[in-house]
Amino acid sequence: MVSEITKGNFDEEVLKAEIPVLVDFWADWCGPCRSIAPVVEALSEDYRDKLKFAKVNVDDLPDIASRYGIMSIPTILIFHKGKIVSQVVGAQSKAQFKNILDEALKRK
Amino acid sequence: MREFRDDLYDLAIIGAGPAGLSCAIYAGRAKLKTLVLEKSMPGGQLLLTEQIENYPGFSEPVSSQELAERFRKQAERFGAQFIEEEVMEISLKSNEKILTTAEERVYKTLSVVVATGAVYKELGVPGEEDFRGRGVSYCGTCDGPLFQGKDIVVVGGGNTALQETIFLSRFAKKITLIHRRDKLRGVKLLQDRIFALSNLEVKWNSVVTRINGKLKVEEVGIKNVKTEKEEYIPTEGVFIFVGIKPQTEFLSGFINLDENGFIVTDETLGASIKGIFACGDVRKDNLKQIVNACAEGARAAVAVEGYLETIK
Repeated sequence: MVSEITKGNFDEEVLKAEIPVLVDFWADWCGPCRSIAPVVEALSEDYRDKLKFAKVNVDDLPDIASRYGIMSIPTILIFHKGKIVSQVVGAQSKAQFKNILDEALKRK
Repeated sequence: MREFRDDLYDLAIIGAGPAGLSCAIYAGRAKLKTLVLEKSMPGGQLLLTEQIENYPGFSEPVSSQELAERFRKQAERFGAQFIEEEVMEISLKSNEKILTTAEERVYKTLSVVVATGAVYKELGVPGEEDFRGRGVSYCGTCDGPLFQGKDIVVVGGGNTALQETIFLSRFAKKITLIHRRDKLRGVKLLQDRIFALSNLEVKWNSVVTRINGKLKVEEVGIKNVKTEKEEYIPTEGVFIFVGIKPQTEFLSGFINLDENGFIVTDETLGASIKGIFACGDVRKDNLKQIVNACAEGARAAVAVEGYLETIK
């Protein structure tokens, strides 16, 4: 499951989480964002015990997007203990995402 | 652990952009047992633009997402089966083609249509990779709204560059279009719209030499190829539309590709191995337009039917 970040719960849900959190920055008008949404959803099942999954709509939460300098979407950031441990810009295939996630989990 | 699937398909189509989906519609109607493998979401490069206004039958512009969705539904209606997996390898076993996906699943088919399309090409200048997602972008529809009120640069002069410039002009304060020749390549209609924009400046005969910044893009270096004069333009965004490259890495050394990686085919769209066909942007010498991708998809399906008759 990919939880939708809302105003005010980013710190609680992402920065203070016990396990690493993947955050998908997206918007309605972004085709590639929509195209990776089902991939991210599927990954959230595959990695359910290792990672938390969240998404941030950059139109609804521009403050969070600008805090992390998001200038291109989709951008995926992986946080661990409040810090960014991995960043992916642009749509990727499921296999590419898996490699990136496995790398990030090794490094955490 | 590899997982072998028992079904034997008549046709496996790799890629679900307009070419692959059209091929699936025609193959489905010909009652071929058809599998479509797509690594992300059906639509392909279609999903990178906002609206389509040159696809016949839609007298008003149609959203690219809607068009992609309609293609997919139509293919499903005629029985094509969709799988969201990336094909990593094709091998041969007598008449059968064996496809192995990133998920380590193995599918058997009598024929293959490669419709994997293409992705944007990079400029290959210093700073481009470093600032990807920090001001460097290859998709106006994705990132344009994030540059509201900012000064940006667009690189290119073909249809995609012009279309994206028009889209971006809604958001940007000022756009500088950098083009390496002294005239644009895109169609006249788009050129007229470009020259009507009030917030556009064109730097003719110019190429980008580097992209500079600290945390994000701050300026681009450009050089006039006629005068050799160099200058720096302050900007927050660099949108690059300088052509496409085919997605054929997984086929390299397996079938004939041209020097740029596009698949070389004969007049029936057959690749260099019998039973393997190609259509759409991935194919050499093709007109990179949706309507042509669709036409080639149909041609490929018919060629597959003909091929299957020779082996069944």
